This record gives sequence, C-alpha cells and structure tokens, in this order.
Amino acid sequence: MTTTPLHLAVALDGAGWHPAAWRATGARPADLFTPGYWADLVAEAERGLLDLVTLEDFLGPQSAAFHRPDDRTDQVRGSLDAVLLAARLAPLTRHIGLVPTANVTHTEPFHLSLAVATLDFAATGRAGWRPQIASRAADAAHFGRRTTPQLTDEEARDPERIAARLRPLFDEAADVVEVVRRLWDSWEDDAEIRDAATGRFIDRDRIHHIDFEGPHFSVRGPSITPRPPQGQPVVASLAHASVPYEFAARASDVVFVTPRDLAGTAAVLAEVDAAAKTVGRDREDRPLLVLADLLVLLDDVPGEAARRLARLDELAGAPLASDAEIFAGTPDELADLLLDRHAAGLDGFRLRPAVLPHDLTAVTRGLVPALRRRSAFRGAYTASTLRGHLGLARPESRYARKR
Amino acid sequence: MSTPARKHRKQVHLAVQLPAIHNVTVWSDPRSRSQIAFESFAALARTAERGLFDFFFLAEGLRLREHKGELYEYDVAGRPENLTVLAALAAVTDRLGLAATVNATFNEPYDVARRIASLDHLSGGRAAWNVVTSFDAFTGENFRRGGFLAEADRYTRAAEFLDVTRRLWDSWADDDVRPDPARGHFVRADAGRFAHTGPHFDVSGRFTTPRPPQGHPVVIQAGESDAGREFAAADADVIFSKHNRLDVARAFYADVKRRLAAYGRTHDELKILPTATAVVADTDAEAAAYADEITRAQVGPETAIAHLEAVWGRDLSAYDPDGPLPDVDPDPDALVLRGHSIFRTGRAETARRWRALAEERDLSIRELVIEVHGGQNFVGSPRTVADALDHFVQTDGADGFILVPHLTPHGLDDFVDRVVPLLQEKGVFRTAYTGTTLRDHLGLGPAPTRRQEGAAS
Ligand SMILES: Cc1cc2nc3c(=O)[nH]c(=O)nc-3n(C[C@H](O)[C@H](O)[C@H](O)COP(=O)(O)O)c2cc1C
Repeated sequence: MTTTPLHLAVALDGAGWHPAAWRATGARPADLFTPGYWADLVAEAERGLLDLVTLEDFLGPQSAAFHRPDDRTDQVRGSLDAVLLAARLAPLTRHIGLVPTANVTHTEPFHLSLAVATLDFAATGRAGWRPQIASRAADAAHFGRRTTPQLTDEEARDPERIAARLRPLFDEAADVVEVVRRLWDSWEDDAEIRDAATGRFIDRDRIHHIDFEGPHFSVRGPSITPRPPQGQPVVASLAHASVPYEFAARASDVVFVTPRDLAGTAAVLAEVDAAAKTVGRDREDRPLLVLADLLVLLDDVPGEAARRLARLDELAGAPLASDAEIFAGTPDELADLLLDRHAAGLDGFRLRPAVLPHDLTAVTRGLVPALRRRSAFRGAYTASTLRGHLGLARPESRYARKR
Repeated sequence: MSTPARKHRKQVHLAVQLPAIHNVTVWSDPRSRSQIAFESFAALARTAERGLFDFFFLAEGLRLREHKGELYEYDVAGRPENLTVLAALAAVTDRLGLAATVNATFNEPYDVARRIASLDHLSGGRAAWNVVTSFDAFTGENFRRGGFLAEADRYTRAAEFLDVTRRLWDSWADDDVRPDPARGHFVRADAGRFAHTGPHFDVSGRFTTPRPPQGHPVVIQAGESDAGREFAAADADVIFSKHNRLDVARAFYADVKRRLAAYGRTHDELKILPTATAVVADTDAEAAAYADEITRAQVGPETAIAHLEAVWGRDLSAYDPDGPLPDVDPDPDALVLRGHSIFRTGRAETARRWRALAEERDLSIRELVIEVHGGQNFVGSPRTVADALDHFVQTDGADGFILVPHLTPHGLDDFVDRVVPLLQEKGVFRTAYTGTTLRDHLGLGPAPTRRQEGAAS
C-alpha cells in the first residue's frame, strides 16, 4: 500500500505527556531520576523496532506554561541532562536511535558538538540531537550572561507570534548548528593515520579549522573529537510556525510538526516545502524528513482510552491541552489514521505517550503489530545506524577534497 | 578485613586515566587499539573495576595543540567529551568512580552542576569533577567569550564557580521528590530555588536536578601554584598532582596537608594522588628493559625535537636528535607550541637547566628529553612495584596514584592481575568494594550537610 517506509519515533518525557501521568496505574514516579526507569523504557521502544526515541530537556524546571515558570507541586518537576541520559542508555541498546534535546541559547556550540559526537561513538552510530532555543526568559537568569525575550500570555498562545518574537534566537540557533556540523566534519574520516615511519599520529592536512564567524560568536576549531561514526549525527527540530520551519529547512535532517488533522497535514507539508525553497535547500541532495507529533492514549478495548483520558483530566483538574493532536483510541484505529497521514506525504510520526509505560507498551505491542499487519512497518531492523534507519546516506566531510 | 597489626597502615587509593593527548600512548605497539572507540573506554573501565580501583579519570584539552603554526601531529589527539563518555561507562560498570576534567573558565555553573549531578544520578553516586582553570586566549577561540579571563583571576573564578555549583547541588533537599499520587503531591514547593551574586557570577532561579546521590560529588583539583594549592586545601576532596618522585612529592604533600587546618579540615579530607606509570614484568631486569623500550617509543626523534622547540621557541628541525643541544639561546618571546601550559612561562630558566644537565651527563637531545620526560615511575617485578607504591604512600609521598597505562586499552591488565593482589596481601588495598559511592571508596565520609539557601555561608 505505502511505497515509502514509515518512520516511527517515541518521545520520552518524565512520567509521560499527561500532567497527571505520574499518578496513573503502573507509573513509577519515584524512579524518574534513576537509570533503570529509562533503561526499561528504551528497551521497550527497541523491542518495538522504532527508529528512535527523543528525550526532552530544559535548562529550567518544567512548567505548565510555555513561556514562564510556575510553582506547581502536583506535577513532575526535575530532570536529568538529556545528552548524558542518552549516553547512559547507549550501551544498553543496539539498534534504536537516541535523540536528546539540548539547549543552544545558553550553551557553547563547541561543547555541544563534542557531546553529540561522543554520544554517537558510545551508541556506535545511533546519535541524534534536537537543538532547542530558550523560550523562557526566566532561564536566562540561571546563567546570568544574557537576557532573552519575555513572551506575554497573549503571545504565548500563538505559535506565529512566539516565533516572530524569538526569531533572533532561531537565527543564532542556525549558526550553532552550522558550527556543530562543521566541527563534526573538521576531522576527515581518515585523519588518524598512526604512521609509525614518521611518528605522526594524525595528518594535519586532514584536520581543519572551521573558522566560523557570525554576529553572535566565532569558533576557530577544529574539533578535539574525531569525526563520529555517522559523520553527521541526525539533527531533528520541532516546529509550529514559519520561522522554525525555516530553521528546520536550514539546519535539520528531521522536523517534527504538529498538524491537527488531515487538512492540517497538507498545510504543514506545504509550509515545510515553502521553507525549504526559501532557504534554497535541495531536498534530493539533503533530505528533510517530516514527522508529525501525536500525543497518544491507547487501549485495546474501544472507548477505554477516552475513559482513561477523562480520569487523568479529572486528576489534573483540567482537560489535557497540547501543541500536538491528541489521539485516544485503539491501536488499530491509530494505525489507520497514521497510514492516511502517511499517504498524505508525512514520512512518519513521533508519538508522545500520555502515560509511561502504558502508552509506550501499547505502541510497541499494539500499534506496531497493527502496522505490520498492514505491511506498513519494518519487521526487523535492517540498518545499524540512525541515519540508516531514516534512509539518510552517510555524508562525506565537507572538507574532504581538495587535496 | 586484614590483621590488626596492619591496621595503622594507610590505604592506597588507585585510579586510572585513559591517556588521550601528549605522547604517553605507545600507539605503534600492535596491541594498541582505538583511542576513541567506546569499546576502548569500556575495556579499561572494566579492568579498573575488576581491580577494585577507586575511579576512572579523564583529562581535558579544549583545543588541539599547534606547533609552529600547524596542528601538532605527534600528539595522540582525538578525545571524547568527558561527561558524555562517563555517562555511557556508568552503564557498563557498577562501582567504579567516574571522574571528568571540566574547565571552569569556558563553562557556566548551572550547566556543569546539572551535568555532574546527572552523572551522579545515572551512576548511583560515582561522579567526580576535576576543576581546571585554563584561561588562554588560544583555547578561548573555540568559545563564545573568547579568552576573556585574566590569568590572575583563574582561581577566583574557579572558587566562585565551585561555590555556586555546590549551592545548586544543595538547592534540592534529599527528600524533595516524594511522589504521593493519592494526594497529588510530587515535589516540595520551592525545590531548586537559588540566588547568588558575586564578582564572576550573578545567577538566580530554579535548579532542575534533584540533589545528587552523593550530595556533593567528589571535587578534584589539579593546579600547582600557591593559589591552586590554597584552592585545593579549601575546597577539594582530591588533588591530582604531577609529583611522582618521592622527595618532591613528600614536600608537596606536607605543604598541601599543612594548609588544611586553616580551613578547619582534617588531614584525611583531602587525598593527594599523583599521576604515575607502572611497568611490570617477571623480573626487575626484564621490567627495566621493557620500561626503556616504552620510553624510547614515547619519545621518538620527532617528539624529542618538538619538545625542545617548545622550550626554545625556535625551529630546531635542522638539528640531529641524537646529537648535542643547539648552541643558540631560546627565544623568550616566541611560543611555538600552543595549547600547552607547561611551556608557557619560565622557558629561559628551563633551557639553562636542560643545557646544564645535558653537559653534565653528556646527553643527546633525545636522551635529554627522555631524562626530563621522566620515563616510567614504578618499574620492576610485581613485588618490587607493590613495595614501591606502598612505601611511597606510607612515607607520605601520596595517598595513592592515578595510573596512566601506555597501552590502550589493555595496559592496566598486568597491574590489576599481578600488583593489586600483592597490595591486598599487604593489607593496604581493599579486597572488595565496601561502599557504593565514590565518596565511600575515597573514605570521604557522607556528603556535607545541605547548605540551605539564605543560610550564612
Ligand atoms: C597533574 C595535572 C593535570 C592537569 N590536567 C589538566 C587537564 O586535563 N586539563 C586542563 O585544562 N588543565 C589541566 N591541568 C592544569 C591545571 O588544572 C591548572 O589549570 C594549571 O596548572 C594552572 O594552574 P596553576 O597555575 O595553579 O598550576 C593539569 C595540571 C596538573 C598539575
């Protein structure tokens, strides 16, 4: 039925994406800061043959509001550094891609590049990275080095207005990704020569200064870390508006989008196409995969997922709100919906389980078999790297030449 | 554990470093494997854990060294980001401490505190931070701020950085996360709240990460100057020192331990661990021959010349490494090797010393560099090496060692298989891990009580 492969990711975050997830049956709220909890989740995701998991992160505590901190004590607060969490999971897994989020506004591009390259070494070619700008002005005080725009409540309701206010941060983020990517390429694959005859360990002609100069910072390079196994680990970004679509078109290999229905899917795909044209990206040469986010509650018994959602909403004291479409139904219903959207042109989906591990297990043991019955998802991993799962070729270093 | 008669003997602490720069690794040896593949790190860490070592250590250099304006090709260059690789190592080890060198100049406290706290959670309390202070503009070219810090400020920044970091670790109480699903209470109100204003940092808000299992992960310091020693005496749990010759080491040990009292700290609260190499063979004679071979492989003819150029500040490529030292004097202003602090200052004096030594002993350039490079520190049969290490510790040259194997990753195997059992037999090294955290291994006692925000400090 489908000609292009369908890609499936799961977004792991705390106890799940419903604010009351930690109070649900089977939740492990006391284990959220222990590696065993995450090891179990990622093992389950790998059992389901998923392309990748993403790990959320912020340089400030979670908040019910997008743009400012809150003082709630009835929701999950507290987090571990997502890159380190991904690294902790790398030796425990063999196939699945690991895509941590890392902030680009308050951090050093040089350190980010090394960290993701090192994750790629630890995961033998399964690393990705989701660069994220600082959307909360309060987080800037944690660093005390700069200020970032404080969005109003009004602005925070509208993705286009958010993006317009934060545009300078997106421009800077594009520079950060450019620096990170140049640093990954700064050692050619064969730079380490171990030439006993001359005593040279490396060949300086195959290691390059990157000499990036931009309005926000300059980075001379080269990296201190050799080129990672994938050459270029996968860069993924989340986008809801034109500015972040353009950022994705400039910087990313994968973009997560949030259409709410079939018509919205077509509209978003058109916007991503337009953004790619605006920045002059040749998508034959540099593919940009588009994955739609859905927040999912899944149960086999028809109606049960909706009832579960209602119970969770009652615990939370408010109906679930999300930037992504919310789906409550059976795995078979979701399989049909995903295939419709896939046919409309999406490359795949990033599913946000409402409750962990319940809705993750429902994806791996319910949805994935349902997709398989429709011959729409892999029955075994056929590649060993994340780029491989996504059908992305391993690029040559941009500095390989020229000799 | 051991016989009461041995009870007064100091326990030896052992760590291992995977060398990833300079010329320690003998990569031309066919047994030498990748310096960057994760499997190399995992193999060495597993060996260290089999040997019941205190911790696994990684150094850091944030700019590839350049020699005469070009990348320096004789370095074993190419290293990982320390905390990331250590987080992965936490998955393949169970008790071994995991120590990362992380620069206090080109980082910010919130990020470092968070990443080290995360490593501590992800390893069940095994994280350590080696606080280093390189400040040079050459390294700064890789960072947003460039070379912004004056040399004189390096330790004031480091001390304030560490203070803020510990405040952040303390900003959550141990029991702030007490999920009660029935009541709907996940976290203490105000968990993570902090505020600090000082000459280097003006930061406030909420920290993201619950208090690390160790409370305060272990802090290591590796500086030589008076300011560095004071910083260590005031604030560090471990000193990583370069003094591995007994006479100099004892003077350093006495000096630093003496400084502790002024900070209300006891002798045992700061462990001094010099970097050291050990070469073990069946007999002392075989070990000596092997050590010689290793040293000559480490200091090849090109390395010898480059070393000399670094001190002389001149191109000396025309000189014969097996011939005498050049007659020309060093150029005190020219810096030919960039990214290495050792040769930054005092080069004229170093050159005078080297020339005197070469004349006195009739040494060629290469022989001289081998001589000053230090060669191998502990050489001999397993018994000889175990006795020497023990003697060094018992006579207050150190509290233990950070061993740097010359082969990656199997260069520690012989030591663990042959020397560790002898140290255990002497009753100076553990026969099993008795604790789970790195603080436990180092005998540092429980984490200091939490300093609450607002309390005097
Ligand atoms: C044994 C030893 C190891 C060191 N390792 C590192 C290192 O890995 N990375 C680094 O940037 N600096 C390293 N340093 C440099 C010191 O941390 C410090 O910044 C430098 O020595 C200047 O301080 P000082 O003037 O007190 O010596 C090391 C120093 C010593 C003595």
